[in-house]
Amino acid sequence: MSSTIMLDPTAELAPAERQILPRLDSLKDTTVGLLDISKPRGKEFLDEVEEYLLTLGAKVKRYRKPTFARVAPKELNQQISVECDAVIEGLAD
Amino acid sequence: MIESALVELVTNYPGSVSIYVQDDPSFPKAIESKVDDTSLEFSYKNNIEIVPTLICSIESKETDRTIGWDKSEWRKLTNLPSLGKDLDDFKPGCGSKTQEPGIEEQLAARFDAGLLSSRSIQLADLEDEIESCYERGWSDGLPVVPPSTVRVIRMLRGTDRSPSEIIGNIPPDNVPCSIEKVAINAVLAGCKAEYFPVVLASVEAALQDKFCMHGLLCTTYFSGPVMIVNGPVIKQIGLNSGINALGQGTRANATIGRALQLLIRNVGGGKPGGIDRAVMGSPGKYTFCFAEDESDENWNTLAQDRGFNRGDSVISLFAGEGLQPIVDQKSREPDSLAKNMAASLRAVVNTKLYGAADAVLVVCPEHRRVFRNAGWKKEDLKTALYDNLMSSGSDIITGAKGIAEGMPKKFENKIISKFRDDGLHITSTGSKAGMFSAIISGWVASGEKGSQLVSKRF
Repeated sequence: MSSTIMLDPTAELAPAERQILPRLDSLKDTTVGLLDISKPRGKEFLDEVEEYLLTLGAKVKRYRKPTFARVAPKELNQQISVECDAVIEGLAD
Repeated sequence: MIESALVELVTNYPGSVSIYVQDDPSFPKAIESKVDDTSLEFSYKNNIEIVPTLICSIESKETDRTIGWDKSEWRKLTNLPSLGKDLDDFKPGCGSKTQEPGIEEQLAARFDAGLLSSRSIQLADLEDEIESCYERGWSDGLPVVPPSTVRVIRMLRGTDRSPSEIIGNIPPDNVPCSIEKVAINAVLAGCKAEYFPVVLASVEAALQDKFCMHGLLCTTYFSGPVMIVNGPVIKQIGLNSGINALGQGTRANATIGRALQLLIRNVGGGKPGGIDRAVMGSPGKYTFCFAEDESDENWNTLAQDRGFNRGDSVISLFAGEGLQPIVDQKSREPDSLAKNMAASLRAVVNTKLYGAADAVLVVCPEHRRVFRNAGWKKEDLKTALYDNLMSSGSDIITGAKGIAEGMPKKFENKIISKFRDDGLHITSTGSKAGMFSAIISGWVASGEKGSQLVSKRF
């Protein structure tokens, strides 16, 4: 662990850990991004996920990282955040 | 020098003498058992200011102490009438290492466990301190100073008040706020400890009911707290009341104004897009703090207008925003200049809305000189402004001049003043060259229905 300790400037009403973003109440009329990280069989897996999401009333957009070895390019992150309400990442083989 | 005396002491009281050493743990060589206090824990906890210090205690309770080497004192305390007979009678000693600059706060952080009560957050190895503050939502958009324990303790040294004292409830969440939380946010803002009393006064002013901080934070309007400082504190801490006083470049001006904003954000929970619903906001919501130019003793300061004396340090808070310039390079007579200022003041909020917003008129030194050369005092200017700021209702009611916005029809046959009583404040700041005064326009909900200028002496 780092030796840097900071004191919380807030009213401490929220937990110290960083919080996940608010969850969607429903998938109906939302746009869900499916991010293929470029590992083998990712496409087939995400095809199945897409089919299921469509039955729940969501729209689906597909994205692909250039390589699984590196973090997604900033432009791709920005594109997904502009175009989608949620994203599912096809992680690992 | 006192090594021989220490040996005598240990020889006469075997097992009852402890020798604590701050720097060289091998000193004194002739004595086997010494306590290594290079961490300074014992010295800090026992408030050692000078070495040597001789402390007598019974059952761990201190009964007496003497500082430096004073032979007769040491002999009296030790009951050894011939102690140090070859030594000088008196040597003042040296400053303890606990007193070196910057050390005290570090020792307090390490050894004064009960001093602070805020939650500590330990960063992971690869976390950048400043980025981490951003990610946790503590910033107004500009980098903040990471609030380390040592920095917060250093800030708290700027006041005698206890860290745990509650200064008040911070809107909009109305959360009880300790002096310690104010200090943490003052660190974030970049304040020095010597600014801290001003920050505390600004918080107390903002919490006065008349100021209506909650509404000011929530409003869709542009306004935020504008701070005007008067008194000896201006020179003491280097607040700017001269060139570019309302602009960038002076640490005290920039950070004191910012500290209150950050406190309201972090403790009060007032964040843009959340409770802060400003349509556009204004740049002053980052920070808006300046000092008054008090160089003319015959021109009352804003603090004097509010009932204080010139010797008082006072902070005044006004709910306002932006600057509207008043250019006048031609008026050499006070009547002309006052009329020009009044004409510009009519545009506050809207040329057809009267009594809605207060304003602060900021008179530049060259304009002030025009009034002073004619023998005018500030009261004369204020009277002239109010005289020149009356309008007949028919000119400003809704629909007049083909503009739907305006005063209600009921004012049609009345004469109306642009500003309510006590709604137009006058201060003075800026450099000695340039005939440019300015208006700080107030919140459209000024007065008893919203916010009124408040002042706090400190």
